[in-house]
Amino acid sequence: MSIERTYAEINSRIKAGKAVVLTAEEVIERVREKGLSQTAREVDVVTTGTFGPMCSSGAFLNFGHSNPRIRISKVWLNNVPAYAGIAAADAYIGATELPEGDPCNTDYPGEFRYGGGHVIEDLVARKTVHLKATSYGTDCYPRREIETDITLDEINEAILFNPRNGYQNYNCAINLSGRTIHTYMGTLKPQMGNAHYSTSGQLSPLLKDPYFRTIGIGTRIFLGGGIGYVAWNGTQHFPGRLKDENGNDLNGAGGTLAVLGDLKQMKTGWLVGASFRGYGSTLTVGLGIPIPILNEEILALAAKTDDELYAPIVDYSDNYPNSKPGNLGVVSYAELKSGKIRINDKEIPTAPLSSYYKAREIAGTLKQWIEKGEFLLGEPSQLLPGPQAGLSGKTLSSK
Amino acid sequence: MAPERIVLRYSNDTADKPIIYKLVKDYDLIVNILKASINPHKEGTLVLELIGERYAEGIDYLRSQGISVHPLAQEVVRNNDKCTHCGACIVHCPTKALYVERPSMEVKFNEDECVVCLSCLKVCPVKAMEVRL
Ligand code: SF4
Ligand code: SF4
Repeated sequence: MSIERTYAEINSRIKAGKAVVLTAEEVIERVREKGLSQTAREVDVVTTGTFGPMCSSGAFLNFGHSNPRIRISKVWLNNVPAYAGIAAADAYIGATELPEGDPCNTDYPGEFRYGGGHVIEDLVARKTVHLKATSYGTDCYPRREIETDITLDEINEAILFNPRNGYQNYNCAINLSGRTIHTYMGTLKPQMGNAHYSTSGQLSPLLKDPYFRTIGIGTRIFLGGGIGYVAWNGTQHFPGRLKDENGNDLNGAGGTLAVLGDLKQMKTGWLVGASFRGYGSTLTVGLGIPIPILNEEILALAAKTDDELYAPIVDYSDNYPNSKPGNLGVVSYAELKSGKIRINDKEIPTAPLSSYYKAREIAGTLKQWIEKGEFLLGEPSQLLPGPQAGLSGKTLSSK
Repeated sequence: MAPERIVLRYSNDTADKPIIYKLVKDYDLIVNILKASINPHKEGTLVLELIGERYAEGIDYLRSQGISVHPLAQEVVRNNDKCTHCGACIVHCPTKALYVERPSMEVKFNEDECVVCLSCLKVCPVKAMEVRL
């Protein structure tokens, strides 16, 4: 008889220190050895991980009130503007925000040395961050200006809230043009000189639960070295299916997650400011999700391997920037990870932008937390829309 | 005595000081400017050839002005605490000094193969590759 488990059953096994937890890499081996049914009977949880640049990240900060009080209208952290149109002492620092006066791409390709993502990294490292704020003054908030230094421990709250993280799958980026281009997918050499990809393949959270059968609102996760939660689906959550040239169904495509967690318990090294030459700056985020093996079918999906998971190949010189459809086919993560792929009979060196090495460390850490009974599974109060919801992107048209 | 090749780096508040004039006039040094540049952050880099009896005094003067002075010889090192093993540098390294070890997917750096082309410094998103002068 095939196995069925509930969250409550798994959690009581975790509390008793008896839960069997494998990483998404280890479970592949186990299924190869013992088959699906046997593995499903033995394994309670499979842990996943990803560590890559994730735009659409940022943090809500509450600075506490100054004396006299100020109703902050504009605020800068290490000269990087944060959005203060929320309340008197609240602001949101976005990962891709650049410092005031950054030369950007005036001397192309720009360096983008520092930005909102680096501010978040500095806060987590307990470095002093310079705060400057201005206002117009009111009867209840008379102060018009403040300049001071803050650290993460000195402010009231800091909540990492990333509206779109953990892309289910991502493009394999190439450059068909005759000149080097600088993109958020890294520096791409002309005439398909290299190919960059950016998921952790068989370790990637949403590729291992492609129909959103376990991931939903309230799922407890590894976020930035600490504990976080899935808050909602991410923006641009289009969890369709990737198909090959012949229309064969392959794997998940464009699901995303909105995640949050207390920044104060996150750790250095798992939220890292990143600079992409010629493009901008962002935040590299470490994210890991436990998948409860509620039944054999969930295990079968969680045990997919790099040679069963594919990325679409996209040209970033013309097709992507100009939103032109183009079909360059698909390539498996096993091929991408080998270091070279073939497109139109040309051998192209590949490189990841997301760290598989760190992704493995995240899946391993999450596994340890669960084994030690420190981390219980969060049962979602609502699952996220899956492929059958038929969500797709809208175009912002010029009117 | 052969001229010394040195790299000066200075911030924007030093940019308007007549440092070259001082080196020539006050310290009797012969100066040959090999390269001068100012980046968009208004920080300057000067590569000089410098020769003269009072060379050491001239260098002390430059340092007293808040200018960093280093010999031109340099090597590229990796800050292992910073490197995330993302792999973005791999295809840009001409000598495979930076390479991925499989199946661990750990990015390794073999200093002996490095030719100090500085490509990796430009593409590393977390600035883990550094020049040591
Ligand atoms: S400096 Fe050039 S040769 Fe040396 S590691 Fe970097 S890319 Fe490779
Ligand atoms: S690009 Fe930088 S962080 Fe990424 S592997 Fe290379 S040295 Fe490490």
